[in-house]
Amino acid sequence: MLLAIGASPAFAAAGAATEFAWWVWPLALFVVCFLLGIVAVPAGVGGGVLFVPIVSGFFPFHLDFVRGAGLLVALASALAAGPNLLRGGLADLRLALPLALLASASSIAGAMIGLALPAQVVQIALGVTILGIVALMASARKSELPNVATPDRLSAALAIHGVFHDAATGRDIRWQVHRTPAGLVLFTGIGVLAGMFGLGAGWANVPVLNLVMGAPLKVSAGTSSFILSLVDSSAAWVYMNKGAVLAVIAVPSVIGMMLGARIGARLLTVMKASVVRKLVLTLLLFAGARALLKGLAIWN
Amino acid sequence: MPPTDASNPVPYEQLRYARLLDITSKIGFAALVAGFVAYAFGWLEEHVTVAELPRFWGLPLAEYLARTDTPTGWGWLAHLHKGEFAGLIGIAVLAGCSAVCLVAVIPVYVRRRDRVYAGICVLEILVLVLAASGLLTLGH
Repeated sequence: MLLAIGASPAFAAAGAATEFAWWVWPLALFVVCFLLGIVAVPAGVGGGVLFVPIVSGFFPFHLDFVRGAGLLVALASALAAGPNLLRGGLADLRLALPLALLASASSIAGAMIGLALPAQVVQIALGVTILGIVALMASARKSELPNVATPDRLSAALAIHGVFHDAATGRDIRWQVHRTPAGLVLFTGIGVLAGMFGLGAGWANVPVLNLVMGAPLKVSAGTSSFILSLVDSSAAWVYMNKGAVLAVIAVPSVIGMMLGARIGARLLTVMKASVVRKLVLTLLLFAGARALLKGLAIWN
Repeated sequence: MPPTDASNPVPYEQLRYARLLDITSKIGFAALVAGFVAYAFGWLEEHVTVAELPRFWGLPLAEYLARTDTPTGWGWLAHLHKGEFAGLIGIAVLAGCSAVCLVAVIPVYVRRRDRVYAGICVLEILVLVLAASGLLTLGH
């Protein structure tokens, strides 16, 4: 479907958008986001990382507006999931707040940089980043319950530790973290990328929380989602103040992605996660290559 | 002191945050959908008509703002009677609901004499307020 849209002669021309009734594109956006929402949940990625490269590559909207909508898609998904994750102990406030503080401050800088740079430069950087994410997702290890023998001094001082009830095993699992200073530095960088490209940054948050800091995988995923609700809020304000949020792009995207994610969550138990993950990696590979080639003016 | 539940290992302030986030984000989603429906169905006045939008949404931001005379910063508040700006109310609520939740947990940390986390919450609120203020985007 994306290929069909991208290959359409009407789409290729600069003034293509005017050849259709205005509602065709928001409707197409809703449908695409609904489908992205379905695959995002089983693949374990946030909607924003799929949304920005695919919509900027195959829809007639300028990248500035796509990034603004992408942030809102990621924000809306994080806000919708937040309450249950916090109640269930899968998102941890003490772990999240120090990391979110640095990441949300740096996301403002990222958003301002992204909106100040020429679109072509951002498009190239987006393509490179998405291809990097594909490499990271394809190669990253995961550790269900990392062994953290001793917490570092900072996490001990901040009392960052907890217990979560693992419904799969029926056990209460105690956890603590280490390498907190490294985590803080990495989250500062992640915030810049999230703000600059309008991406949700779960693809980076989870490996840092899980592999660097040693939080259990489920706590990492839940806390990552919660951190996004704070980081994307800051960056979203910058895009909104700059006038880079168009309701006609953002709202169908948010609604489509959230409805799709509800279906995706139900399909989680019946779909083979590894197959969906390969599908998403292929989609990202294609969208990243498209963003890079568009930025280099090779495939406009 | 806040109530405690020995059977639930989740801290009280986290449950408080979750409850408020649930309420405020639902209000935001409802406002988002209501504003967009009013806009898309033409129930409100339009700044740029939806039929004209396809001529502008492919333009770079600066050019879009110049050609459509769209306000930046909090200027949209003066245009709430227009559909596209009414739609921003829901987005503003969604982007602001985390700050409300943070305000609500500060007293819990203060009562517990957890000055570091009370301070982190205050700083995070300041970051959100700074981002929302538009001060960082002036002059563009």
